[in-house]
Amino acid sequence: MFATIRNRLIVIAVLVIGSVFVLVPRSITLRERDPQTGVMRDTVVKQVPIKRGLDLQGGMHLALELDQSKQVSSDPKRDIELALTVLRKRIDEFGVTEPLIQKVGDSRIVVELAGITDPARAKAIVQRSAFLEFKITDKTRALEKALPGMDRTLRGMGVKGVDTATQKRPSAVEQLLGTDSIKNLKDTTTKARDTTTKAKEKGKDTTKKIATARVKGGDTTAKGADTAEKAADTTSVPGGVLESLVQPAAAVAGGQVPGEFLVAETAFPRVDSLLNLPEVRRTLPRGVTLRWAASPTSVGVQSYRYLYALDEKSIVTGSNLEDARAQLDPLTNGPIVTFELDRAGGRKFGEETGKHVGDYMAIILDGRVQGRPPVIQSRIGRNGQITLGGKGLQEAQDLALTLKAGALPIPLKIVEERQVGASLGADSIRKGITAGLVGTALVILIMIGYYRLSGVLSILALGLYILFTFGGLAALGATLTLPGLAGLVLSIGIAVDANVLIFERIREELLLGKTIRLSVDEGFKHAMNAIIDSNVSTVLTALFLFQFGTGPVKGFAVTLIMGIVASMISAVFVVRTFYLIWLDRRPTMSTLSI
Amino acid sequence: MTRFFANANYDFLGVRKYAYAVTAAIILPGLLFLLVRGLNYSIEFTGGTLLQITAKQAVDVGAVRGALDRQGVHGAEIQQFGSANEYVIRARVAKAGTDANDTQATASEVGHALDNVLGKGNYTIQRTEAVGPKVGGELRQKAFLAIFLSFFAVLAYLAYRFEWRFGLAAVIATAHDIIATIAFIAVMRLEVSLVIVGAVLSMVGYSLNDTIIIFDRVRENLRKHKKETFAQILNRSVNETLPRSVLTHGTTLATLLALTIFGGEVIRPFALVMFFGVFTGTFSSIYIASPVLMAIEQRWPGPDVRGARTTSPKPVSPAPAGVARKARA
Repeated sequence: MFATIRNRLIVIAVLVIGSVFVLVPRSITLRERDPQTGVMRDTVVKQVPIKRGLDLQGGMHLALELDQSKQVSSDPKRDIELALTVLRKRIDEFGVTEPLIQKVGDSRIVVELAGITDPARAKAIVQRSAFLEFKITDKTRALEKALPGMDRTLRGMGVKGVDTATQKRPSAVEQLLGTDSIKNLKDTTTKARDTTTKAKEKGKDTTKKIATARVKGGDTTAKGADTAEKAADTTSVPGGVLESLVQPAAAVAGGQVPGEFLVAETAFPRVDSLLNLPEVRRTLPRGVTLRWAASPTSVGVQSYRYLYALDEKSIVTGSNLEDARAQLDPLTNGPIVTFELDRAGGRKFGEETGKHVGDYMAIILDGRVQGRPPVIQSRIGRNGQITLGGKGLQEAQDLALTLKAGALPIPLKIVEERQVGASLGADSIRKGITAGLVGTALVILIMIGYYRLSGVLSILALGLYILFTFGGLAALGATLTLPGLAGLVLSIGIAVDANVLIFERIREELLLGKTIRLSVDEGFKHAMNAIIDSNVSTVLTALFLFQFGTGPVKGFAVTLIMGIVASMISAVFVVRTFYLIWLDRRPTMSTLSI
Repeated sequence: MTRFFANANYDFLGVRKYAYAVTAAIILPGLLFLLVRGLNYSIEFTGGTLLQITAKQAVDVGAVRGALDRQGVHGAEIQQFGSANEYVIRARVAKAGTDANDTQATASEVGHALDNVLGKGNYTIQRTEAVGPKVGGELRQKAFLAIFLSFFAVLAYLAYRFEWRFGLAAVIATAHDIIATIAFIAVMRLEVSLVIVGAVLSMVGYSLNDTIIIFDRVRENLRKHKKETFAQILNRSVNETLPRSVLTHGTTLATLLALTIFGGEVIRPFALVMFFGVFTGTFSSIYIASPVLMAIEQRWPGPDVRGARTTSPKPVSPAPAGVARKARA
């Protein structure tokens, strides 16, 4: 079928046209969220349709597993499926072109986001639990009443006001009194960071950035500072640890929110760990729960953290959320997230808020109270809003999209992260191309220098080899990675091997005194065995690399296999055709330039 | 026409004793090195955190290390990487007291340390790799599986295409290549990453090509030259394929040279391993595969009078022996 020159040329032409066709740069629509306005925007980019791996175009690869350190999953299989759905929705909203979100094995989710410019933000969106709750602040003074009991429990356990059970860690009290050496202080702040990193995992952005709603910012008075000092003084009095560190907010900074307390920011990690002791927790009456504010508040020169005692029962949670949207508040021009509850949620919310007019309602996201709880002025329907103080619209957008996509059933932890900046990726491509060009030039030099005109034929074939390899990659939708690019450059040197084998064989046949035409025929025929054997063994090793490798190495294996197929076509079929044409045109040729 | 090693007639098998000595001289110290110092596994395999940064000015490596130490990340390695203000920070051990499989605790700690020492905005993170030990263990297991399984798949293929004597000789030569390459990696202190595993496998494929091409010639010559001894046939085959070897190794080394010089830091170890692989592959095809094949034929002679069978799945039409003689004379 391929016997005649004409048919062979047709086959080559089809392959060349096909390769060129799949490689023609085409318009690709990128759907991205505009960082300023937050509106999804389509941009059209013209590019060669070869998928580049994350290591070449920049991007992020994350492997996530359920983080059961704080919350144990009762059905991990179901939870991972749920998390997968939630992540798909979130990333869809986030606006990344061609994201990859898939389950690997039973317990892992892999997320690949190409070309993202703000990896921290993307990570936060993936990891944020986005569990929204609304709770009424406690009016029974439960915590105040429980504090002495808690301290008695602590004393029973050997935790005292000043010298603490954990000797290595300077007590929060010492910090308040300022008796520590600078070194010690440093130690403590790093310790504090330890504890907060845990919180950050849960909702990095939330804890750090979402600030107070309707803070009564004005009344940061000397009175506040005074009381702070007084609070510090009281600690030296032999009394309870907690009683001295946890102050009703009304006494320190004013305000009339019931169940609101203040803890010095430096003492926050210690108080948090004390309150989390099961023995201490047990002394709190049933139906009351404690939650910290998302971020510290400054009162005078001191930095404080609000602590809230709340009714344990949520009046409504984020599972009733139907829509959430980021907006700029027309009054303050600050970013807000407005939300709409579904029918059932709206009815429940209305009923509960109707019952609690005049009470204060805490908005809790991932276990942290957002801003200071506002007072419920009247029955609230399906619509509400969360105010973010002083932060960018982007924060509000990220919050809105995670709320809308729904909460993660169980927090996720990142068990593997690979992230490459776009500039490094572009740099890698540039270096790969340079190496490829230099390598090709050297190969051309060697081949033409040694085999003369036949060498020129093999170089023409090499050009087709490169074209076919890229064409094949594009047609298969395979991904080109950095190791793949290196493999491609290397394969330029190896691809000529088939031609070397053939040419050497032809030379041998010529030396045996055969005619040119016979020598060429025999040369191709005899070289085929070796060519096939060696290529099959390479394909076999590449297949195993593909099976067991990760992204970049998989790309290498694909490129290798593609290259072998392309070199079989170009070095054997195409070069043979060139010879046939050559010999056809010059039937009387007495010496072959080889 | 230019022709390297035209009508070469070196006695490769005659000097095989010296070749064994050379191999031993390279491999034994390498293995000793391997046993004493072990392999330098990358973050992917051990688990840990890697950050590649570009700083605005030169970085005080000691200060960064100190800051990390104070924050509970011990034994971090900080190296200059490529150009002047590029650095790679590797923390193999997770921050004390955190779940190592939760990679973010350590990664953010490294970020804090850099913020403290260099100042925020004075550096940009080019690349991050954070791998939990669990994932690292899985990757390591997969890499070993890939090497072993491909080894056996190739063995099976050779057993099908050639007869088992040839296959066994080729596999012994390949095993030699793998050991020599691992010794090379150990001596050079190259970081063993997935890319290096890829390089080792490619090297195996490449070296096997070389062996196959010689053995292909052996098979053919056994048929052609009925009167020669097996040793003569082997020598003849190696000599006849010598021009091809020189040319192909030449073009391969040319591209590897380009990759080593221009390919960048990430690719350089790959190119180095392949570079070594081209040499050890050539060496083993000539000095390991062929003598081993001869030893096997002597120990377990095949049905051929000289102790080798000439069967092959695709018989190649033999050229008249007389013509060949005349031409070579």
